[in-house]
Amino acid sequence: MEKSSRRSFFKVAGISLLGISGAAPVLNSFAESQVSHTVEGSYVKNESTLQAKRWGMIINTKELSEDNVPSIIEACHKAHNVPNIDNKKHEVKWIWEEEFKHAFPTVNHDFLNERVENLKFLVFCNHCNNPPCVRACPTKATFKRDDGIVLMDFHRCIGCRFCMAACPYGSRSFNFENPRPFIEETNPLFPTRMKGVVEKCNFCAERLAVGKIPACVEAANGAIVFGDLNDPESEIRQVLKENYTIRRKPALGTGPSVYYIV
Amino acid sequence: MLETAIKGSRNYWLWLAGLAAVFCLGFLVYLNQLSFGLGITGMNRDVTWGFYIAQFTFLVGVAASAVMLVLPYYLHDYKAFGRITILGEFLAVASVSMCLFFIIVDLGQPQRILNVWLHPTPGSVLFWDTIVLNGYLLLNIVIGWKILEAERSSIAPPKWVKPLIYLSIPWAVSIHTVTAFLYCGLPGRGFWLTAILAPRFLASAFASGPAFLIVLCFIVRKLTKFDPGTVQIQTLAKIVTYGLIINVFFLLCEVFVVFYSGIPEHMEHFKYLYAGHDGHGVLVPWMWTSAALALLSIFLLINPATRKNEKILPFTCVMVFVAMWIDKGLGLVSGGFVPSPLHHFNEYVPTLKEIMITFGVYALGFIILTVLFKIAVSVKEELVS
Ligand code: SF4
Ligand code: SF4
Repeated sequence: MEKSSRRSFFKVAGISLLGISGAAPVLNSFAESQVSHTVEGSYVKNESTLQAKRWGMIINTKELSEDNVPSIIEACHKAHNVPNIDNKKHEVKWIWEEEFKHAFPTVNHDFLNERVENLKFLVFCNHCNNPPCVRACPTKATFKRDDGIVLMDFHRCIGCRFCMAACPYGSRSFNFENPRPFIEETNPLFPTRMKGVVEKCNFCAERLAVGKIPACVEAANGAIVFGDLNDPESEIRQVLKENYTIRRKPALGTGPSVYYIV
Repeated sequence: MLETAIKGSRNYWLWLAGLAAVFCLGFLVYLNQLSFGLGITGMNRDVTWGFYIAQFTFLVGVAASAVMLVLPYYLHDYKAFGRITILGEFLAVASVSMCLFFIIVDLGQPQRILNVWLHPTPGSVLFWDTIVLNGYLLLNIVIGWKILEAERSSIAPPKWVKPLIYLSIPWAVSIHTVTAFLYCGLPGRGFWLTAILAPRFLASAFASGPAFLIVLCFIVRKLTKFDPGTVQIQTLAKIVTYGLIINVFFLLCEVFVVFYSGIPEHMEHFKYLYAGHDGHGVLVPWMWTSAALALLSIFLLINPATRKNEKILPFTCVMVFVAMWIDKGLGLVSGGFVPSPLHHFNEYVPTLKEIMITFGVYALGFIILTVLFKIAVSVKEELVS
């Protein structure tokens, strides 16, 4: 089992290498076309890699509907070989829908606007600025990158699940069993996981590395905005300026990088 | 001294064989867990720590309680405890070993456990917990062994043991404090987010540990020629009394703060544990049993007539032990996960396999405990005769 995950890791590594050498022009032009038409030059690019000081997202819940939500979730789960396990107890999910009262349990009240009450909220890892999961992890298998993305090293994780106890957003999943038989179609560009490790949304770090925007953003057709929170000129900052947004459990001081337009 | 462990009666060997059988059974189930994953347990995405970590948390308390013998003896020169400190230290060794085994069986990838030391992470409480637990284990093995050796040859223990003994006192407090910190530093987990968690852990430890030791003392008295002593048992019983009363007081303090402030994220857990929520309430009868046992034991322990009655005392101690076990071994861990941070109520019930593995670990711990006690008591018997 270990072997096959290592193999897929090498595949990814190989493809990234290709990206730098042989296939670079192709990927570059692909990346450029993606970037320019979605967010009009709000990314700083270094060769083919998308870079930022602090990546963030805005979910425009007004534009989410039964039509696009499933395809957004599917895009993410397909891209990352997230298994589709029926047993609720062993379920693994990176991005999923919740009602307002679950996504924002501390803001919920008795006389909630009917629209909001019935809205579906996409929830996933907030890539917190001050992430308690990173603090808790005893092996640095969960770590925060300079660009604000909270990542996981699946090969180092010992499966203590301390990070899951620490995350106040339930963003993490644990592989209670071997996930591979539950992957319908394996994406060779991303490693599959083994039993006994934790996983979660990674803001598509592997796609950013080759100049692509996150899979959910791509599938959302504008309902999700992605960009550099630290850059006052970025599109994400413009949207934040113009809209009232909320974050999940801000009082805990974790500093989520995901914002919601309600 | 090791040779004393292999010179035992038939019953001694039968007991060990029984434990070994339970251990082997548990081990076989553990192999199943190793190949399938933690999915054989009742844990789920919302309740990610279950029975194993709860036992670990409870046993850290039993281990820490050795300090209740060491401290009066060495700091206050309470001579009577000299007779039995070794029992406390060996109980600590067995309990900490079980704690470490429980951590191992709880890992999703146990073969990677060394990563904790290969990539030391000072910000992680779990890193410190492994340090203090292993340190405490080592301290108690060394101290216990050296003192017993000296006792056997009727000489004073080597000088360097003294500082280790003094070190072991704050160290005992640290193992339970650090274990409490695993829980109480987590955002969004209202049940654990309380500064009184470490003191609560210590109070319950000073009730459950000595209570268990009293039961062991009665067993030793019955089965061997060594009598741990009535005064010793009575002093321990007083320690249990205070530990238990302080523990109940702390719990009531918690209840006051949580319900008077009325903050839902803190209240929901208590309500779930003691009243249930919307048909979810597997733990309700357990929690009330624990409360009833604790109150009844307080009554029996405060009253000198019932405390001094050696027919009643062992039963009271068992009740204290069970009450504390339910509180920590069941309520504290699951109660903190239900409701989840997203306010979903997913309950946790351990599976049969999980319970068998748990018994396996306990059996291994009891093998260690039996052998160590056998050695200690044999030395004491030699001195008596
Ligand atoms: S949402 Fe949870 S998993 Fe993601 S960074 Fe924050 S604490 Fe960590
Ligand atoms: S489960 Fe893995 S990622 Fe989470 S805290 Fe433990 S080692 Fe770190």
